[in-house]
Amino acid sequence: MEYTILILALPFLSFILLGLLGTKLRPGVAGGIGTIVTAAVALLSWWTAFSYFGAGRDGSGVFQTLIPWNTVWLPFGGGLHIDLGIMLDPISVMMLIVISTVSLMVHIYSFGYMKGERGFQRYYSFLSLFTMSMLGLVVATNIFQMYIFWELVGVSSYLLIGFYYTKKEAVAASKKAFIVTRFADLGFLIGILIYGFYTGSFSFTPDAPAIGAAKALLPLALGLMFIGGAGKSAMFPLHIWLPDAMEGPTPVSALIHAATMVVAGVYLVARMFPLFIDYAPGVLHVTAYVGAFTALYAAVVACVQSDIKRVLAFSTISQIGFMIVALGVCTSADPHEGGLGYMASMFHLFTHAMFKALLFLGAGCIIHAVHSNEMSAMGGLRKYMPLTHITFLVACLSIAGIWPLSGFFSKDEILAACFRFSPAMGVLMTFIAGLTAFYMFRLYYSIFWGKENKALHQEHRPHEAPLSMTIPLIFLAAVTLVAGWIPFGHFVSSDGMAYDIHIDWTVASVSLGVAAAGILLATWMYLREDRTVADGLAARFSGLHRAAYHRFYIDEVYQFITHRIIFACISAPVAWFDRHVVDGFMNMLAAVTEKVSWGIRKMQSGYVQRYAIWFLGGALGLVIVLLLAI
Amino acid sequence: MDYSGIFTYMYTETALAGVIVATLLYDLIAGRRGRRFFHGFVCFLMLAFIAGTIWPYSSAEAEVFGGMYVYNPVYGIVKSILAIGTLIVFLQADTWLRREDTAFKRGEFYVLTLSTLLGMDFMISSGHFLMFTIGLELASVPLACLVAFDKYKGNSAEAGAKFILSALFSSGLMLYGISFLYGTAGTLYFDDMGFMLEGNALQVMAMVFFFAGLAFKLSLVPFHLWTADTYQGAPTAVTSYLSVVSKGAAAFTLMMILIKVFSPMIQYWQLMLYIVIVLSITVANIFAIRQKNLKRFLAFSSISQAGYIMLAVISGTSYGMTSLIFYVLVYMAANLAAFGVISAVEQHSGGKLDMDDWNGLYKTNPKLAVTMMLALFSLAGIPPFAGFFSKFFIFASAFEEGFHVLVLIALLNTVISLYYYLLVVKAMFINRNDTPIAAFRTDASTRTGLVLCLAGILALGIVSSVFDGINAFSFGCL
Repeated sequence: MEYTILILALPFLSFILLGLLGTKLRPGVAGGIGTIVTAAVALLSWWTAFSYFGAGRDGSGVFQTLIPWNTVWLPFGGGLHIDLGIMLDPISVMMLIVISTVSLMVHIYSFGYMKGERGFQRYYSFLSLFTMSMLGLVVATNIFQMYIFWELVGVSSYLLIGFYYTKKEAVAASKKAFIVTRFADLGFLIGILIYGFYTGSFSFTPDAPAIGAAKALLPLALGLMFIGGAGKSAMFPLHIWLPDAMEGPTPVSALIHAATMVVAGVYLVARMFPLFIDYAPGVLHVTAYVGAFTALYAAVVACVQSDIKRVLAFSTISQIGFMIVALGVCTSADPHEGGLGYMASMFHLFTHAMFKALLFLGAGCIIHAVHSNEMSAMGGLRKYMPLTHITFLVACLSIAGIWPLSGFFSKDEILAACFRFSPAMGVLMTFIAGLTAFYMFRLYYSIFWGKENKALHQEHRPHEAPLSMTIPLIFLAAVTLVAGWIPFGHFVSSDGMAYDIHIDWTVASVSLGVAAAGILLATWMYLREDRTVADGLAARFSGLHRAAYHRFYIDEVYQFITHRIIFACISAPVAWFDRHVVDGFMNMLAAVTEKVSWGIRKMQSGYVQRYAIWFLGGALGLVIVLLLAI
Repeated sequence: MDYSGIFTYMYTETALAGVIVATLLYDLIAGRRGRRFFHGFVCFLMLAFIAGTIWPYSSAEAEVFGGMYVYNPVYGIVKSILAIGTLIVFLQADTWLRREDTAFKRGEFYVLTLSTLLGMDFMISSGHFLMFTIGLELASVPLACLVAFDKYKGNSAEAGAKFILSALFSSGLMLYGISFLYGTAGTLYFDDMGFMLEGNALQVMAMVFFFAGLAFKLSLVPFHLWTADTYQGAPTAVTSYLSVVSKGAAAFTLMMILIKVFSPMIQYWQLMLYIVIVLSITVANIFAIRQKNLKRFLAFSSISQAGYIMLAVISGTSYGMTSLIFYVLVYMAANLAAFGVISAVEQHSGGKLDMDDWNGLYKTNPKLAVTMMLALFSLAGIPPFAGFFSKFFIFASAFEEGFHVLVLIALLNTVISLYYYLLVVKAMFINRNDTPIAAFRTDASTRTGLVLCLAGILALGIVSSVFDGINAFSFGCL
């Protein structure tokens, strides 16, 4: 399967080509190149998946881990080396499909959405860069390669968030995203270094004796790695960058900040899962609590946001919380014994990528139609945009967890895993699932039903999006409709053996009931044109409402800590030291050099006979020094 | 006696001698039409020569001529690197050689240069001080002719005179030292002499005199004084050859002989190198800051680079050997790129080589300015260019052997060197100029040379297999 190298090489070439040629290409050509390359990558990924899973299991009943391509890139002493390569195992193959498919959809969609934008070519070259980096991250053969591509992903995310670089908010958001995730990556790097130092390898599966030596430090290393994952996956309190990242173009939000990059943290935990479960189950459970809190927090905040992309952003944070919780509640590697969450998490990652991309792309169509992100500019749009309306509804039902859409199946597995861990966790996550249904339908009704902003719509009549934008919607909606029926446990499970998904109907009926309740509540509050109940509640609990609207002032807390404490107490003295002591030393070096060079310029006189004297004198001087010194 | 070794183990020298004869004959026979393709012919021959000799003949060390000549795969690598450097010099010299006053003696340039290369190859492969001396002289005498190649122009003749006088002096001193060695050890074979040395006062003196001979070629302080005048006066192509190929060969030979012959006196030569390194790097840096002429400036830069190369020698380990070869390779790419740009500008602007003349070069010749900038960045050791990695490796090799203070001094000096390298960059990119050097187009030959150098600057550090490949061979060598 050596051809898998093309999966990385093609988007890289496309990035180089589009990046170098830039505006020399016509926008259509640039977009065409990017899209064709991504289509080829998607086909290759699907073919890889087909032949990988088609090859069947080996004697012990698991899918073999293949390394079709590997090269030692940087050898250190003592057997430690950094490799670059491609590793295929069930989760990496699954991720290949998710990334390449969503990326292809976004490439096609962007044709319509970004039409006429300045920097169209640049946009496509960045998309290629991102696709390459993300694919490289998931097929990494070792933790260090993963880190390299992890940072590349961060860079491309930065570039794409700041795509509208003339807009102040976009620039600020891109910087914020980069700095926050980079800060978290510091933890990741330290974790990797500890891991590499004590186990003597960067491999995901070190030898048993190596692990034995590093046993005591593994929990620390894994915990630090999780900090990096928490940064990319926007776990509380490192989530603050994601809502702001919505300043980027909407298709970018769909690709990076909903379907692929933000699940990198989940993928990281899943990748290190065998080590977590054997050597650091405590750390794993901590991640579960972090995930659960994040899911709750984000769901509450999502209930009161008025910008539709922010609602979706918080919904993403909340759903990633679900995935982390599912991994965190695992207590063993056997899916029948408490390892169910692993499969559930990966399954949810898969289904969520599809319907969340669909939601974002749908939101893009809406923003394209009304030229605003605010709910107040919308309402009653179902008449104008039937296709967007239907596909959006499918996605909302799916995320709410309604049978028979894909979200129902994956969420049900997560809830089942939570109940097995502890009833309290199960109840909490079920409640959050209800909240999810509520805020998603609040969003849905506010956009497509409710009070129409007639004045605005008369002035500029909303219209259905062009074909290039609706085709991805239809495709993703179709996937969302059927993906739940995939026997996912047959492909991915915590111990690699085939696992039959069976729906726990007690859990399922409770969660269906809660979801239905959430939807009904939203219907009652937001379907009609006047929203007396909603407005009344907001007025009644104005303090809570305002706090939630301002995301419980987490950003302000950061602002305080960074400006008042870090900048004033640490950065300012460091800056002073740098300016006066470090620079002063360098300036002194320069001044001394200058002085000395005036002093000895006579040495270079131009008389060759003097040169000979220096020559002989130098040699004799060396002899004398050597004889005296030793 | 079995002479088959001439064609097997000695294949590089034999082939190179063939190239020289072919070039000479072409020069004699070719008519007016044929001469037009002279440059292409020579470059093609060189390419064929490199391609034919780059793969080692065998992986084991072997002796020819009763131990006078030693074959070792790692020598082969060094020779190939030097040959590639020579080819790049040829590519970049073409514009200059086509000028009316030099076109008729182009053949001389090629033959003389290739003769020095042959001398260096013999010097590297020598197993006996006699062979070594012959190689060294073969590498020096034609160089003096080359330095004085433009004898009616500028200071070329003066530079040649200074070079040959200094070379004679250094050779004399070195032979004096070698005769001491012979007197105390009773042999001139490297392998045998290694057992005979004990480090008495006479031998220390002999070693320093011998060292002075090579230090002259490397232009280490205090044996460097000829460098600036010669570099400035010589034709730019010759200067670049002097600064890279000649230096690389001398550095490698020095390390090899120090390890093979003088290993019993390791503490002496480590101290000696210590002093010379500190002097070279520091003094050269101090002088480099004051230079206004770019060739003179690069002369001092190359003195300090030679000091850095000695950091690899001082370790005396096979890791140091690898670092040295890698450093020479990377230095070659960067320095030849810098000289290539200088040569191109010199030929197209009527000899403008003052830093002030170069103000605003970026506006008129952006590609050349960027090439120059990358070359200087690599020389200064800024990541991610190759120069960073090569510096890193030599520092690591010296650091591992316990030369912590020395590495610190070298690091401080890189800060100073960064300053003067950036001065040139500043001139090209930031300084304003009302009469900048006019835009021009370099010919294909120069461009090929520059592209090769750029590829080296950008790729050598990142493609780790280069270093590993050299490393695999030099472990076999020691």
